[in-house]
Amino acid sequence: MEDHDHIRARVRDLVARHDLAGMTQREFLGHRFDAGLAWVHAPAGCGGLGLSRALQPVVEEELAAAGVPRLNLARNPIGLGMGAPTVLAHGTDGQRARLLRPLWTGEEVWCQLFSEPGAGSDLAGLATRAVRDGDAWVVDGQKVWTSLAHHARWAMLLARTDPQEPKHRGMTYFVLDMQAPGVEVLPLRQATGQAEFNEVFLTGVRIPDTMRLGDVGQGWTVATTTLMNERVAIGGAAAPREGGPLGELMRLWRDRPELRTPGLHHRLLRLWARAEAARIGNERTRQANAAGKPGPEGSAAKLAYAGIAQDISRLHLELTGPDALGYDDWTFRRSEMTGSGEVRHAGFHYLRTRANSIEGGTNEVLRGVIADRVLDLPREPRTDTKLPWKDVPR
Amino acid sequence: MTTPHVADQPIPSLIHSDVEDDLRATLRAVLGERSSWQKVLARLDTPEQPYDDDLWKTLAQDLGLAGLLIPERFGGAGATEREAALVLEELGRFLTPVPYLASAVLATTALLSCCPWAESDVAGDLAALADGSTTATLAVSAHRAPTAAFPDTVTGVRTRGAGTGGTAMLTGTVPHVLAADRAELLIVPALLDGAPHLLLVRSTDPGVSVTRETCLDATRPLGTVVLKDAEARPLTGQNVAVAVLRHAVDTGVALLASEQLGAAEAAFEAAVDYLRTRHQFGRPIGSFQALRHRAADLWSELAAARGTARYAAACAAEDSADFPLSAALAAAHVGDIAVRVAEESLHLHGGIGFTWEHPAHLYVKRAMSSALMFGSPDQHYAELARLADIPGA
Repeated sequence: MEDHDHIRARVRDLVARHDLAGMTQREFLGHRFDAGLAWVHAPAGCGGLGLSRALQPVVEEELAAAGVPRLNLARNPIGLGMGAPTVLAHGTDGQRARLLRPLWTGEEVWCQLFSEPGAGSDLAGLATRAVRDGDAWVVDGQKVWTSLAHHARWAMLLARTDPQEPKHRGMTYFVLDMQAPGVEVLPLRQATGQAEFNEVFLTGVRIPDTMRLGDVGQGWTVATTTLMNERVAIGGAAAPREGGPLGELMRLWRDRPELRTPGLHHRLLRLWARAEAARIGNERTRQANAAGKPGPEGSAAKLAYAGIAQDISRLHLELTGPDALGYDDWTFRRSEMTGSGEVRHAGFHYLRTRANSIEGGTNEVLRGVIADRVLDLPREPRTDTKLPWKDVPR
Repeated sequence: MTTPHVADQPIPSLIHSDVEDDLRATLRAVLGERSSWQKVLARLDTPEQPYDDDLWKTLAQDLGLAGLLIPERFGGAGATEREAALVLEELGRFLTPVPYLASAVLATTALLSCCPWAESDVAGDLAALADGSTTATLAVSAHRAPTAAFPDTVTGVRTRGAGTGGTAMLTGTVPHVLAADRAELLIVPALLDGAPHLLLVRSTDPGVSVTRETCLDATRPLGTVVLKDAEARPLTGQNVAVAVLRHAVDTGVALLASEQLGAAEAAFEAAVDYLRTRHQFGRPIGSFQALRHRAADLWSELAAARGTARYAAACAAEDSADFPLSAALAAAHVGDIAVRVAEESLHLHGGIGFTWEHPAHLYVKRAMSSALMFGSPDQHYAELARLADIPGA
């Protein structure tokens, strides 16, 4: 209760001293960071107060009560969702001081350079090389599936620093300046026709050793922090009943009785139940976390979400009638050019959700995670983990 | 934007308090010792099969669990459906052969629903249920869906008085009644002078006979109740009988989901244990990706089922406007998943899972029977469609 009062007092003080009307959202976010109210579990000076993570909702409540608009995570989704937790967990004081504040305000956008054409689910097999050169590292390689690379100032980069070591031990984690010479970003066209992601080519890129996150050879450990937060970020979104794409589908179903068939009704009912169960399950996970009784259920959320999203979009396309055979636009364009709120053809969503079972950990990888970490099942025998990385067949 | 049926209700707490965790731990310790699957299985081949009357006495009287839903003014615990659901999760986990669902949930809920107009008539019976000295059941077919028409297989006439204080005589047959041969009190839906009523019948009275049926799930036998000019006390007028019956069965359906969840969790945990220890081809079989992924999928589905089961119990406890929908959702969704988990558990055990000496078949029988009890998943989906405004073709 003492902490609650402390937080409430700080929020009131923040709002009293800084008039939102007289400044940009970003300036206000900066003041909020300086007041330790960005993420209260972070240490003082890093946007936090060194308090329990469970107290963060108190900040949001108090700000909402003062009429401050809700946070828009879209201002820097990868930085806020994954970059910040990783820097907080593994960064030096200097890195935290340089990186966290502009990350929080959205002044500096982040992206993630993990996946490669030859290393998707087998991320630890990645081949991008970083070679030590004095007090810097020289990086060569190719990354792929990079959201926001064309806007990003910083990237979380996982690179191989010792090919003689087994795959998990020879990697190091860096924070890469995307404006450095040798960084080339190209849009990656997807099955939908548009480019939501990028390919990033790294040629002789120099990274100062001060931008290494964690020890040399400890990249996998650091990356695990990033990936754990990715799964929370993707699976954790709360929604009202019939929220999101299901709501669109239900509106169509209710408005267009002539499109209904008994077979579609059968599928729709079961899908509705699955979606509602997932929503209730997410809420249960949220309550458990808030009560300090976290369970492993969160691991299932992304797996469930992917399947439900795919089935909703497919049913929606099937229910579209003759227009299902059409499409709106195959033009090669960046996804943000579509603008927020643009209505796309059902075929677009059908195609886009095909990626849901691949991105952010394939369904198979997630099942493996559940089998290992939740069910504690015996591991599969592997031939690649003990060999030096350079000797693994590829 | 949305229709009233779909209007978003705030989600009540779905996690357990420390008190509830303590109740679960106490119950699990007692049941682990006295309701092991070996004991449950052994009872199926004994003459007094399958009920464990001593254990029922312990649970109902010593632990006070039969009176959880009964208010303190009748000597009950004044708890809610949340706690009753937790008890059912544990009873399901151990397939404990006691008439909890029939007596402490279905019959108790029906009697409590009659309190507004018949409190003085039912107070004594509620007190006897609360202290565990009496067992009751709701004399409806366990195969009847909550939405089915009011039962008409028992009919009767008034013999004395009007309203709830009088007496009547009933004749007719009700098959597939839960715990029929353990209940001293039968709450019978019947057409009295042609109109729906609920009436109380004492099973020891003349004109009442009960026969045990041979059931798919032998750990939870059903019975046929035959009434021939049996004396009965009306508990409801004709205007409320339909609603009282519906509420009792809905509550039973909502809480049965928790029992299904508990049983499915036990079946799943047994399968995972087996995957860890059974070796073939020189490896624990749980190291084969085909089986690891099947287990992971089952676990994910169970996580979803846990949410819907707890939501239904919480909605019942809070008398939420979303209760009917939550009950239909839980019955449809949890029922399907519980059957799948039990079937998969038997399969993952391989040959040993198909033997009588292994408990996997007990869980399959319980899961399938429960899924078909008080409405099939299909019927629950149809009701969900109505409540959530998802019209058919």
